[in-house]
Amino acid sequence: MKVSECKQIFEMLSEYLDKELSDDICQDIDSHIAGCPPCVEFVESLKKSMHLCRSCKSMDEPAPLGAAARDDLYAAYKKAVEERKKAQA
Amino acid sequence: MAIGVQTDVGLARDLLAGEPGAFDRFVETFRPKIFQYTYLMCGHREDAEEVAQETLLKVFEKLDQLREPQHMKAWVFRIARNACYMKRRKSAYAPTQELSLDELMPAFRQEGNERKLEIADWSSLPDDQAINSQFKKLLRRSIEELPEIYRSVVLLRDMEELSTLETAEVLDITGDTVKTRLHRARLAIRQSLDKQMRANGGDS
Repeated sequence: MKVSECKQIFEMLSEYLDKELSDDICQDIDSHIAGCPPCVEFVESLKKSMHLCRSCKSMDEPAPLGAAARDDLYAAYKKAVEERKKAQA
Repeated sequence: MAIGVQTDVGLARDLLAGEPGAFDRFVETFRPKIFQYTYLMCGHREDAEEVAQETLLKVFEKLDQLREPQHMKAWVFRIARNACYMKRRKSAYAPTQELSLDELMPAFRQEGNERKLEIADWSSLPDDQAINSQFKKLLRRSIEELPEIYRSVVLLRDMEELSTLETAEVLDITGDTVKTRLHRARLAIRQSLDKQMRANGGDS
């Protein structure tokens, strides 16, 4: 395997992992990766890194919503719903 | 409402119809998501809390403009994105940086007849569970280091799991640009984690 081939594959990896490439390109990539340990290792590291992002989607939580802030939101919501009902009537 | 988790589209319809409880369900579901996005975009907790509240207020004020309930999430995130943008304009100007693909590629080295990658040992990393708080800190740093145009794409695509098209709509860019930026963002996060793992001796 040539390094240039591996790098070409690295450039397409997100589309490959997101299944956004055509079948024939996917097959080419599959067959390269199957015989290329550095590519296997790199794909694994990228997949794990993506997985970490997904699993940390709520790593920070907001402070509890205060009563005044909730009132502001609810007032805006009520107004929007009433206006909508008036417009539909 | 059907038993089980209500979908976004069901929630959007209930919200528009003024169904009892819809407001609280919406706030409970979306406030943490919006906050996570604004926190990683703004970098400061206080700013993020403020921008999240502004976003929610705008969402309710503009509720009448929600034309497609099935795209509520993208619509909400577009408002969040604009709120972050307004906040940033008030703060110090940060120039847009581009990430070069070449710099995100791993190095190879020759060992006898074998070609090896110069990367950390990722096989020792747990798959999903048991990701400790130390590792979350590393991930946060990797995301925060990303230039804004890449950070917004990876947060929407990989954290919020919006589609390429939805992300393109939220950010006013083409689908191809979403794909290009997403790939560079992922490579950059991978590289940053890799560096931090190697600096820690492979043991995060």
